[in-house]
Amino acid sequence: MITAALTILFHGLAFAMVLYIVSVGLGITMGLMNFANLAHGAFAAAGGYVVVVATRSLGLPFWVALPAAFVVVALAGAVVERLVVRTLYGADELRQVLFSIALLFMAIAGFTAAFGPLQQQPEIPAALSGQIALGDVEFPSYRAFVIAAGVAILAALWLLIGRTRIGMRIRAAVDNRNMAEAIGVDTRTLFTLTFALGTGIAGLGGGIGADILSITPTYGQEYLVLFLIVVAVGGLGSIFGPFLAALCIGVVDVAGKYLLPEFGAFFIYGVVIAILLAKPAGLFGVRS
Amino acid sequence: MTAAILETHALHKSFGALTVAQNINFSLEPGTFEALIGPNGAGKSTFVNLLTGLIPPTSGSVILDGQDVTALSIESRVKRGMVRTFQINTLFNSLTVAENVILALDEHHGQGWRPLPSPSRRRIIREEAYEILGRLGLDAWGNREVKELPYGRQRLVEIAIALALRPKVLLLDEPAAGIPSTETGTIIEVLESLASDLAVLIIEHDMDLVFRFAQRITVLVQGAVLARGTPDEIANNDTVKAVYLGEGIHA
Amino acid sequence: MSGIERVKSISASYPGAAASSTWRGLAMGRTGGDLAIAVLLGLGALATLLFGEAYWLLGSQVAITMIFALSVDLLVGFAGIVTLGHAVFFGLGAYTVGIASAHLGWTEPLSGLLLAGVVAALLGAVTGVLVLRTRGLGQLMLTMAFASLVYEIANRAKPVTGGADGLQGMVIAPILGLFEFDIFGLTAFLYTLAVLVAVVGLAVLMTRSPYGRSLVGIRENRVRMQAIGTNVQHRLLSIYVMSAALAGIAGALLAQTSQFVGLNVLHFSLSGEILIIVALGGAGRLWGALLGALVFTLFKDRLSALDPAYWYFWLGLLLAVIVLFAPKGLIGLVDRLLSILHRKESL
Repeated sequence: MITAALTILFHGLAFAMVLYIVSVGLGITMGLMNFANLAHGAFAAAGGYVVVVATRSLGLPFWVALPAAFVVVALAGAVVERLVVRTLYGADELRQVLFSIALLFMAIAGFTAAFGPLQQQPEIPAALSGQIALGDVEFPSYRAFVIAAGVAILAALWLLIGRTRIGMRIRAAVDNRNMAEAIGVDTRTLFTLTFALGTGIAGLGGGIGADILSITPTYGQEYLVLFLIVVAVGGLGSIFGPFLAALCIGVVDVAGKYLLPEFGAFFIYGVVIAILLAKPAGLFGVRS
Repeated sequence: MTAAILETHALHKSFGALTVAQNINFSLEPGTFEALIGPNGAGKSTFVNLLTGLIPPTSGSVILDGQDVTALSIESRVKRGMVRTFQINTLFNSLTVAENVILALDEHHGQGWRPLPSPSRRRIIREEAYEILGRLGLDAWGNREVKELPYGRQRLVEIAIALALRPKVLLLDEPAAGIPSTETGTIIEVLESLASDLAVLIIEHDMDLVFRFAQRITVLVQGAVLARGTPDEIANNDTVKAVYLGEGIHA
Repeated sequence: MSGIERVKSISASYPGAAASSTWRGLAMGRTGGDLAIAVLLGLGALATLLFGEAYWLLGSQVAITMIFALSVDLLVGFAGIVTLGHAVFFGLGAYTVGIASAHLGWTEPLSGLLLAGVVAALLGAVTGVLVLRTRGLGQLMLTMAFASLVYEIANRAKPVTGGADGLQGMVIAPILGLFEFDIFGLTAFLYTLAVLVAVVGLAVLMTRSPYGRSLVGIRENRVRMQAIGTNVQHRLLSIYVMSAALAGIAGALLAQTSQFVGLNVLHFSLSGEILIIVALGGAGRLWGALLGALVFTLFKDRLSALDPAYWYFWLGLLLAVIVLFAPKGLIGLVDRLLSILHRKESL
């Protein structure tokens, strides 16, 4: 009984952290730029592929591959933002949704052409491939690392957003963009930076979470609903909201699948629908 | 004195510690042209929003044509004859000017649910729309999309939509805002030509306009009624002069 | 080109074409575009019927996609409600006739269509009440969440739906007891075409009615619609339900003509594709949605035969180009072409 509860909690936490790392950037960009980026998951997949290529083909260590995933994907994000996304700020929702779907589809085709349709796994360092014991229950140590990474990223974001000047500008612009511009915040640069940061973290999440959300060309489409759910439930423009939302969804989903496998993913959608109806702006929405 | 068409009883609105409408008692008779004036932030637009139901009051009531409408939705108040215009143009920008008015006419005639077109009705409704547009000098613009019109003309479309609803009470939120004073002529003419049994409440900053047309004036300061009366009474009211009008006005 | 010539003569012979101040020209271009597309589609359908036996099956697919696209355009293009879960109604319609036939022996096609429409409308009413309470991202999410939920149910309810293997064992009786579904797809083509014509006819009438105008009014300015006395929520719910019913009928047609239902009829990618079709053709223009459905289905048929992965690339590229450079869709381009021709002619 306790073993079951611990197992659910552990795997639920690991799943939740992957969801959080991938989704948190989406919530920030949506809150800041009001841009509904349905291609966000494709950036996460790109990060996954960077880690795969770095560890498998180039033989680089995992610990080098992860920061590389962040940097490469963040740069890609910055380029996409500068070239096209920026022309769609303020455009109607339908155009934004369609454009990001277009991006998603092209990414799917690109990934398939480059890496084939099958699932890819990065090489995990030996130190993380064993098991750790908690009492008389054993857990894969890689998942413990995933949990730690999720918490570390929350902490880093909290410091960045809450304690630095750039973070202060982001918060100001989320609250009231016009006012922020009026006092001289360069929102153009800020938007590019934020978009790059958000996609970069997603890339990191794709790489770290490849064990749980496997890297395939259709990654960005298959898990899109999950990422959007985390953001919608957590609330736009918040970094803690999505964390709690991811915890709630991760644990509920794992528990549901473990305890009542025949009901599959019902729980997660049920919970989401209930939350959105009770609080349309999400649990911690700065903006709806 | 005729019975009031619109009344409020102790209408009150506060957000936490901030009070934006303080127990306002107000009444408007048919055929009256009343102005609501006051400094910026006095709560004029809030008062209109309370009347129309856009924001719910904390306490108090709104009586329209003898009926308590405080709990009713915005649209049911419109159906009962209380119609407003907006301070900032709130129009159907991609539709033509005539279509803007026809939308309002359809709703007014209870045709909004009619799922099939009726060629015979179409002609009648167009004529009705153009009759209203003609009164505002907009008939030549009927087939243009609203967004192609200069701002001043768009202000007139605001009024055209309101007139199409055949209001009993018309709430005009700064109808001349944003247009040069040289072009307010048409608006003035239209206001003068309004039906004699219509009750009008106008929020306006242009004191010339207010003192020329208003039969009664209500002065709102910090969410409370400071004074009410005829233009003469208001112009000679010392408190009003001190708080709002200053010494410049000698009506 | 003879096509362009024809278009030209149509636009010139349209009543009022003589009056050509700039703005009349614009309004003309729109009606002209609708008319041009209507004529071209009609001729295309006729040619396929007479000379294109090999395309009858594809033709019925096009007709079904058109009905589905129309249902989404009414919601997205006219009323301005963005949905990423409309496949739920299409799929429900398909499963309704599928299950009715395979498990209950309800094989009569016309009553099957009606049943599918009613069932989809019921789901539309229930979810619509909830979906329309939110706006923006929350609304988008709810449409996706409901669609995912129903997908999951269909996936799990294997004894009823066949799960991932699809629903087998459907039988559909001859239409009106006379026309059996044949192997060449002639009956299927004519059947779907007839339903399409009826649906388009009703939709065209509706968009020109006061009700249709009021939907556009809500899309353009919700606040003002309320200020002229409209109960916006009720009006939106009504179109949501109607759109759900139409999508359900389209899904039912697919199930009846292919005598099979697979899980893909409920999948997210179908919801995405249908939104793409509407945007491709031109959202808010019925004839645009129809044109989009035609072009999309033909392209998909050609390109995905080459390689499914590349199909996604071309689809993405096409969509990006449309969004960035032709936000009014293909029909917007037709309009522009016509107004250029029109201007040349009046010079």
